[in-house]
Amino acid sequence: MMTAYERLLVARAQDRPTSRAYIEMLFDERTELHGDRKYADDAAILAGIGELNGIAVTYIGIERGRDLQERIHCNFGCPMPEGYRKALRLMKQAEKFHRPVICFVDTSGANCGEEAEKRGQGQAIADNLLQMMGLQTPIITIVIGEGGSGGALGLSVANRLYMLENAVFSVISPEGCASILWEDATKAADAAECLKITAADMKRFGVAEDIIVENFECFDIMCEDLKKRLYTDLKELVQYTGKELSEKRYARFRKLGIYGEA
Amino acid sequence: MNNIVGMFRKSRNVLESGGITPEVAEKIRCPICKTIDIKRAVAKNKMVCPSCGYHYRINARTRIKSVCDKGSFVELDMKLQTENPLQFPGYANKIESARLACGQPEGVVCGTATIRQQPCAIFVMDPQFMMGSMGSVVGEKITRLFEYADKQNLPVVGFTASGGARMQEGILSLMQMAKTSGAVQLHGANGGLYITVLTDPTTGGVTASFAMLGDIILSEPNALIGFAGRRVIEQTTKKKLPDNFQRAEFVQDCGFVDAIVPRTELRTVLERLLRQHRKEVSGV
Repeated sequence: MMTAYERLLVARAQDRPTSRAYIEMLFDERTELHGDRKYADDAAILAGIGELNGIAVTYIGIERGRDLQERIHCNFGCPMPEGYRKALRLMKQAEKFHRPVICFVDTSGANCGEEAEKRGQGQAIADNLLQMMGLQTPIITIVIGEGGSGGALGLSVANRLYMLENAVFSVISPEGCASILWEDATKAADAAECLKITAADMKRFGVAEDIIVENFECFDIMCEDLKKRLYTDLKELVQYTGKELSEKRYARFRKLGIYGEA
Repeated sequence: MNNIVGMFRKSRNVLESGGITPEVAEKIRCPICKTIDIKRAVAKNKMVCPSCGYHYRINARTRIKSVCDKGSFVELDMKLQTENPLQFPGYANKIESARLACGQPEGVVCGTATIRQQPCAIFVMDPQFMMGSMGSVVGEKITRLFEYADKQNLPVVGFTASGGARMQEGILSLMQMAKTSGAVQLHGANGGLYITVLTDPTTGGVTASFAMLGDIILSEPNALIGFAGRRVIEQTTKKKLPDNFQRAEFVQDCGFVDAIVPRTELRTVLERLLRQHRKEVSGV
């Protein structure tokens, strides 16, 4: 069994397929769409319209980049507020045309910087959480690598959420947690264990529906299976009305949390 | 009955940070202008420095006393208890000492009240309880409050003060952001008014969820409001940030706060806004 920290390192590995790879494998007839119509286009969010077995869908992925040049261009997969607003704009567009939304999450977190703060990083993520909860079209999210805190949650308010087997989802980076709690970032492995960040943990807590087995040597076969799964899900989800989808989404998150009641 | 001291209090409107009436001669020194005042006088001014207007951080009970009509506050969901779902090392002790330190079972107090006769549902986060961090209980209480307000057709007034999601509850804390935002969505979709008052400090996961979702977002002067922490940004970008960075006035200039309201004027402003959104006033 791999430890939580080993999985985190695997999830962050530079040779791991990024959102672009999944999008190219899963969707045909793609048109990439850019910009938030307010400020800029954030390359950390890769989005557009494509077809999954003939069903038109809106795809939105957080892109880390495949080589250094790409990584710099898309800010190492840390979206700016305009990235979240771009995602939201395209989700609203999808809702208008009754198109399902499929999101790919792979980020160490939302961009952390002066500009991001000035343009309302918190507000942008908050707005996504609220609007996604009310969105009257199906949303499916797949965490393909690192699910880093609020920046990952901003695309994760879905009807279904899947985790790749080595993907992780965490409230704070284990390094950050270790430095706050023990003033020692090198204790990240311990923190990763304590924080319960693995795919199996997500399934246990009800955060994720299922775990997707990784097989990067046969990436096309892996994506073919994923495609079948998404197709089956969409066939099921499109039977619900928009209002039902929103209610089901809220019910899904409503039950999350563990507390006692005297 | 942890408020038993208050029952024998002589001066009714005096506020103070610790829940205990200060000795007549007890002094307090403003950390900003360094003026030394009698604590009672500062408390009478709602814990705002009479000389320079510095707003002291106040706990949830003091806040409720300073905002709600006397005796109008009825608390809801007092029985929710924090557990240690991840068996996170040291968490149980932290909770216990936070309880003892601030006399509250958790980091938020919820209920209904009137503000100058205007009824509302109200939640107040306590900056003294583990920095007002949000775990399962805080998320659940706020969610229930919005659901209650939705059923009862009440507006919600929320005071935020938080360091963000509580890491000791891991992913469950993070998911409270989505849950509470969903509850705000539900309340808002049915026409409910939600006013947030951002107080010092409102950061992290709380900023990135219900704090920034108010129909009207007010803030206390000079409150720290942000998503990422100042130190983290300075470390990441290796750049010195301006002194007023993430202060309420700065955030208002960036366009994310509707109005900055001093604590001493808050009741007036809240009353006015609540009244203007009453169904018979708005003509609906």
